Amino acid sequence: MELESAKMIGAGLAVIALAGVGVGIGNIFSSLVSSIARNPAARGEVFGIGILGFALTEAIALFALLVSFLILFT
Amino acid sequence: MASPVEQFKLKSLVPLEVGGIDLSYTTSALWMTITVIGVAAFLTLSMRGGRLVPGRWQSMAEMSYEFIANMVRENVGSEGRQYFPFVLTLFLFILFGNLMGMIPYAYTFTSQIIVTFAMAFTIFLAVTVIGLYRHGLHFFTLFFPSGTPIALAPVLIPIEVISYFVRPVSLSVRLFANMMAGHTMMKVFGGFAVLMGILGVAPVLLLVALTGFEILVAVLQAYVFAMLTCMYLNDAIHLH
Repeated sequence: MELESAKMIGAGLAVIALAGVGVGIGNIFSSLVSSIARNPAARGEVFGIGILGFALTEAIALFALLVSFLILFT
Repeated sequence: MASPVEQFKLKSLVPLEVGGIDLSYTTSALWMTITVIGVAAFLTLSMRGGRLVPGRWQSMAEMSYEFIANMVRENVGSEGRQYFPFVLTLFLFILFGNLMGMIPYAYTFTSQIIVTFAMAFTIFLAVTVIGLYRHGLHFFTLFFPSGTPIALAPVLIPIEVISYFVRPVSLSVRLFANMMAGHTMMKVFGGFAVLMGILGVAPVLLLVALTGFEILVAVLQAYVFAMLTCMYLNDAIHLH
């Protein structure tokens, strides 16, 4: 196989990790919604933690993206 | 069409070389200067009146101060007060840098791994030094919390040590990757808009939404960076 096409396939494979991140972000927001539904008074406090969790999980997606960029452009 | 990663290329504005080391004043450095001036102007000009009932600008400055003061108080406790100026400076520097990068044709210096890595590594070194200074050799119990069964030591200690030393990398890559990926994505959608002709209205509409999302990410990442700095400081000051 040529190096160029192998790189393309590798970059595609690297972003499969996004599936896990999708599950993770969905999980965070589903728990956020259910916890706010159970106790609406806690909204302000829980929302900040939820957003923090979202940002930390989203970063994992970007690590995968970064690996795929590294494969493509170096 | 230009590659979507071309926007991150550094241009040197004032070429300067000292002893074989390239110290040119680049676009990245220019935007850092603008950010520092912007933050300083924001804080000093808006607080110039110092009224008891704050106006719009003054309340913005006061809100950002209070926000970080609360963050430091909640996460580090009263011992963290002396590190408050550092966290506030860090937060405002990253926030202004990220937000100014959203201006078309501006340069986002946080999309350079070396900029974020320098900040993250400084934090890592500072936190380690603070921990060692406050607790001496006792600091190393950070890697093995008290009350853990001794049988777990061979597993737990390597994991804790690795997760400790990976901190500067994860902290810097998180900010850098968010900024780089966001700007690349916007460039790719801009490319679609050009390629699709009249149908390009759809990507442009999506781009409007993406710009809003990117502004959210810019604020969020500055928040996360400051927040994690507080958590690391808390680890060093209170151990586990």
